[in-house]
Amino acid sequence: MKKYRCSVCGYIYDPENGDPENGVEPGTDFDKVPDDWTCPICAASKDQFEPAD
Amino acid sequence: MQVYEIKKDIFWVGAVDWLVRDFHGYSTYRGSTYNAYLMLGEKNVLFDTVKHNLCSDLVHRIRTVIDPEKIDYIVVNHVEMDHTGSLPKIVELVKPEKIICSKMGHKNLLSHFHRPDWPYHIVENNESIPVGNRTIQFMETRMLHWPDSMFSYIPEEKLLISQDGFGQHLGTSERFDDEVDLSELMYQAKKYYANILYLYSPQVRKLLDHVEEIGLEVDMIAPDHGVIWRTHIDKILKAYRDWSSHKAAQKALVVYDTMWHSTEMMAKAVADGIESTGTSMQLLDLSVNHRSDVMAELLDAKGICLGCPTLNNGLLPRMAGYLMYMKGLRPARKLGAAFGSFGWSGEAVKHMNKAMEDMKFELIHDGIKVKYVPTHDDLKKCWELGKLMGEKVKEAVDNQ
Repeated sequence: MKKYRCSVCGYIYDPENGDPENGVEPGTDFDKVPDDWTCPICAASKDQFEPAD
Repeated sequence: MQVYEIKKDIFWVGAVDWLVRDFHGYSTYRGSTYNAYLMLGEKNVLFDTVKHNLCSDLVHRIRTVIDPEKIDYIVVNHVEMDHTGSLPKIVELVKPEKIICSKMGHKNLLSHFHRPDWPYHIVENNESIPVGNRTIQFMETRMLHWPDSMFSYIPEEKLLISQDGFGQHLGTSERFDDEVDLSELMYQAKKYYANILYLYSPQVRKLLDHVEEIGLEVDMIAPDHGVIWRTHIDKILKAYRDWSSHKAAQKALVVYDTMWHSTEMMAKAVADGIESTGTSMQLLDLSVNHRSDVMAELLDAKGICLGCPTLNNGLLPRMAGYLMYMKGLRPARKLGAAFGSFGWSGEAVKHMNKAMEDMKFELIHDGIKVKYVPTHDDLKKCWELGKLMGEKVKEAVDNQ
């Protein structure tokens, strides 16, 4: 499962960890994260994320 | 100590830092201020504190207005320590009922001061708190310039306490925009934007759009650094609009470093070529110009020519450092070119081109490399590169 990076603040979404505080369980692939989910650090929208290399 | 009543029962109680000359890599040769504001009312509210070494100034100023223990709420608009450095001492002195901050503010305060026992009161974006006959409306401004950043708006006074937004590193005994030299003020505001907010230009645009959309009525903008805007609000808002939209002037920079003056000779020729087209030009040697001043000039420049010799298959450290710094600030829509003298391997131009490509600059030329000392013909090529840059800048700005 691929990690994704917020293009605004650099936060890394790691599917292994998810974002449980905001309702995304560990093990959730980025594609499966709800479309209205936002970056937990800077509130950027999901479409502002890019694959992390 | 002087306090300044900026609106009825709202006082500036901050500190002027006459000594600071380096602000984490930003040169502050005019010093700065850490602005804190005290609002008296049914509840007495302190907005932000000051850097730790000037705590006594803050306390002394507060005492000239009220007994600090009478402060009920402390609002933390931003957690960076130039504003919260005195917070632990102030919390101990004041024993506030509430420490008001955003959700990220709460997290960041815990990571800074490790005090889960403090009386945090987390506010949501756009939440209002009534304070007697006034209201404080909190506007989250995440990434302007930290995740915890927020503005406090007092609609009854048309006062926007804008934290680092619209700020300037300018230490003065004057408190208002119309009391200082306007061109110096605008330069310091520009330098601040270029070095602190530049990369968050999309967020700045969103904020300006939002404020316009909701018709926020403001006749005073009180930032946490520098003077307060009251007469020239339109100017600073227009400037922020232009800067965040990457609007450029017909201007190009030549930024370089040199080992034995060969790259310097090339830089001068490039600069002269730019100047010949009528495009405004600045020739900036990194050994005498601070990176933060170069950024201030880059903000409204359309073009940049980078010059550096090759040292040990790489760049000289001043240029490497400048490139890393510039890349982090995400300048956009620039025209670029690189040049340099070299001895035998000559990788510098390639490194500078790569850095500019990573920043999505439009490279107008592959670059010029000259072995050791440039000949007259070499310098003529450099001059032509400058001329090309000057012309391309003019064309781009005319079509902006």
